[in-house]
Amino acid sequence: MDQITLRVARYRPDDEETEPVLVDYDVPLRPDWAVLDGLNYIKDELDGTLSYRWSCRMGICGSCGMMVDGEPKLTCATFLVDLAPGPVRIEPLANFPVIRDLIVDLTDFMHKLSSVKPWLIRQDEQPVEDGEYLQTPAQLDEFKQFSMCINCMLCYAACPVYGLDGSFVGPAAIALAHRYDLDSRDEGDRQRLTILAQPDGVWDCTFVGECSTACPKGVDPAGAIQQAKLAAAQEAMKSLLLPWRSR
Amino acid sequence: MSLSHDVVIVGAGGAGLRAAIAVAEAEPRLSVALVSKVYPMRSHTVSAEGGAAGAISADDSLEEHAYDTISGGDWLCDQDAVENFVAEAPRELLRLEHWGCPWSREPDGHVAVRAFGGMKKKRTWFAADKTGFHLLHTLFQTSLKYSNITRYDEWYVSRLLVDDGRVCGVVALELMSGLIETITGRSVVIATGGGGRVFPFTTNAAIKTGDGMALAYRAGAPLKDMEFVQYHPTGLPFTGILITEAARAEGGWLLNKDGYRYLQDYDLGKPEPGPVLRSMELGPRDRLSQAFVHEMAKGRTINSPYGPVVHLDLRHLGERTIDAKLPMVRELCRDYERIDPVHELVPVRPVVHYMMGGIHTDRNGVTPLAGLFAAGETACVSINGANRLGSNSLPECLVFGARAGRAAALYAVEAPPPALAVEAQGDDERRRLDEDLLRRSDGPDRISSIRTEMQAILEDAAGIYRDGDSLTKATDKLRELKERAATAAVDDASRRFNTERVAGLELAGMLELAECILHSALRREESRGAHQRTDFPERDDKRFLAHSLAYRESGGSPRVSHLPVTITRWPPGKRVYGR
Amino acid sequence: MISPLEARYYRRRMPLLWWAHRRSYAIFVLRELSSAFVALFIVELLLLVRATARGPAAYESFLDTMAHPAMIVLNLIALAFVLLHAITFANLTPRAMIVRLRGRRVPSRVVLAGVYAGWLLVTAFLAWLLVAA
Repeated sequence: MDQITLRVARYRPDDEETEPVLVDYDVPLRPDWAVLDGLNYIKDELDGTLSYRWSCRMGICGSCGMMVDGEPKLTCATFLVDLAPGPVRIEPLANFPVIRDLIVDLTDFMHKLSSVKPWLIRQDEQPVEDGEYLQTPAQLDEFKQFSMCINCMLCYAACPVYGLDGSFVGPAAIALAHRYDLDSRDEGDRQRLTILAQPDGVWDCTFVGECSTACPKGVDPAGAIQQAKLAAAQEAMKSLLLPWRSR
Repeated sequence: MSLSHDVVIVGAGGAGLRAAIAVAEAEPRLSVALVSKVYPMRSHTVSAEGGAAGAISADDSLEEHAYDTISGGDWLCDQDAVENFVAEAPRELLRLEHWGCPWSREPDGHVAVRAFGGMKKKRTWFAADKTGFHLLHTLFQTSLKYSNITRYDEWYVSRLLVDDGRVCGVVALELMSGLIETITGRSVVIATGGGGRVFPFTTNAAIKTGDGMALAYRAGAPLKDMEFVQYHPTGLPFTGILITEAARAEGGWLLNKDGYRYLQDYDLGKPEPGPVLRSMELGPRDRLSQAFVHEMAKGRTINSPYGPVVHLDLRHLGERTIDAKLPMVRELCRDYERIDPVHELVPVRPVVHYMMGGIHTDRNGVTPLAGLFAAGETACVSINGANRLGSNSLPECLVFGARAGRAAALYAVEAPPPALAVEAQGDDERRRLDEDLLRRSDGPDRISSIRTEMQAILEDAAGIYRDGDSLTKATDKLRELKERAATAAVDDASRRFNTERVAGLELAGMLELAECILHSALRREESRGAHQRTDFPERDDKRFLAHSLAYRESGGSPRVSHLPVTITRWPPGKRVYGR
Repeated sequence: MISPLEARYYRRRMPLLWWAHRRSYAIFVLRELSSAFVALFIVELLLLVRATARGPAAYESFLDTMAHPAMIVLNLIALAFVLLHAITFANLTPRAMIVRLRGRRVPSRVVLAGVYAGWLLVTAFLAWLLVAA
């Protein structure tokens, strides 16, 4: 049977390793195997110590993002035949600290996500008994795209601004904040814009655009950031020209 | 170190998050620990596609939703629980709307509903075909605003702390560091989902190893109706990726190798060009999966490299409908099968999808163990009976997640703090896990090979059709496998993010669940819903209008007893579809 | 504070030539670099204002300096960078501004065409001003 070599980054802090090393594993090359199937083959048949995250293997849980031949990819949706003859280089997502092998630390993102208040903010909560907040399909379309983020972190791995300065809020968190700003049911856009306009917010983005290229769900975080910049600029102008306007 | 909270919730998917928010809203003074072996947004709720049922249409009623659910469950549902469920489902779905869930809409701005299998009216709320994804992310993002919820992301719970018959916390392994800590609480809610991974071919994610069921079972709580395992009729071969029932609700057809809509041969109605509710492709999942087996026996399925398949035909729906209503179906077919359903037939076969059974609870998520609550797929209330209807599981997570959360909050307010003695149990568990970690074994078995054998045993004996002989043989094989598992070789003795260690703990739990499934199936000498015995082909209400309860004996094997079903308004009748 | 756990994380640094591996990264670095040239234009403008204020002799001498071949080359480079900026900015307009007509989203290409048409128009007007003067 055909084989393909997976060149996998291994980092084992328990074993006093200070640098990741690349280790080659030969796995079967089958037409419908994704990179993840190759990793599972290694784990089950060759080396039980290999560590990585995965779960749904249908591109929706966002667990299995890794660098495949230098590109951020969901390994469940990247097929070995498309990478043949190999070897295929598999490394942990760029721009994040590595905990072990292919596992990176996401704590930073989790803090940033909650800092932009990604929940519906209303001045007056309507009781559930009064029924739904009306929203037309067109109003839904305004933000739908930005609600598709699966938090897979490929955009952070693709963003050189985040790589150079880890304090940047980053593409996914801004896209999700913007998703609520655009939601016709939400009234929290001024609160969020105040947060996004701070240093490390939207203005850190210099429109590289790689986040949108890397996104496996077509979210276009780069677009969201530019839209948020425009909204933040408008808001700043308004408070400059109309200082008496209540905040 | 010991961590202490008022309510400890294990599992952070749909039910766990809903429970956490319910506690936070009911008793803001209580501190909540939300413990999960994955980040909340990785939970398997994310994979649910088609929708969530809640009667809101003018022509719909709670009675009809209840009747569809009860007849769909072949009268094994507890009807008092179903009545609570259908009454609260619309409220819960509206609450989610108020939290920002992007439900698909009618042109006038009201929430839209679609048809679904086994439902007589259109009552399934949907967010295109990524309903579970939107539901989970809405819950997760909303949960971020409550400061009294403390998350323990990527902590694996290995044991419940039980003091004098009362559950008062957990022992958990922090994956990142490999440290083992006790997290005490006045009450504990288990919401860890099902365990479809005991089977080889499943729509279930890798994380769905039934951990919570095993935790409760070992602590002394019974597992209910474990023999009822749902096969979804349309999974993609090899990956087992689910093609949502919504594909059929929008008008998709199931065809055999002759291009014939074979369901008409199985008392499911006459073929019409458009979808007809409770008929043909919109029959319940158990009946459709059973029809597949008969087609296969007749040699009318299509052979694929991954076994026999039938075809799902969506071509006549057209590109516009598919893109508007089923974008994920197209995406999945394109990315994972390399076919375009707009122009091509989709190969599908039945695939293990859902466990109707789980931890025995009442309508408030209360288990027989004091201080322990459960909700979601891991629990069995039971509203799903012998066969769950599509789009009932998401609202089940919400309704019973909230109920369990409120009940656990109330309990925590009144209960005394956990006894200090439980710390000793934490030390015991730490010792046990460390011995297990450092145990060096060169046995011929590996965790993965034992897992594969277990899955094969289950599929052979406890698949769509079962019989006494093979179930008996399977229980023997499984007992032997359990012994071998104890000496399986382990490669990894390190502490940080040791995923092999977790796989070993998961496997031990799955072997217990597998035993419960086999023993419960063996004891139920009738055919009902998803449990079909070729040696007992009829439903037997005299003996088995009852739930199975599997208790763990001191030797480790299950003892099965039965508990009558609660009937309120709908006496057992015949399940009729397509007429 | 870094916990003992985090101390064992492996933190990668971006290599010195990280930007050379991808076109979009290289253009990003060029744009960052271009700020120096944009600054140059501003300095030139300020010098021009000062020279004008000091009278005809100073103005003539300023023109002489600017006519030096080295200065012309420098300004051409600066122009290229400013154009890079302008084009980047123009190209991202359709993503930053969602234009709707009668409830329907105007396609990106149409918005983009509008931006370039506007740019051309303004350029033509300025050219006409110069020629007419």
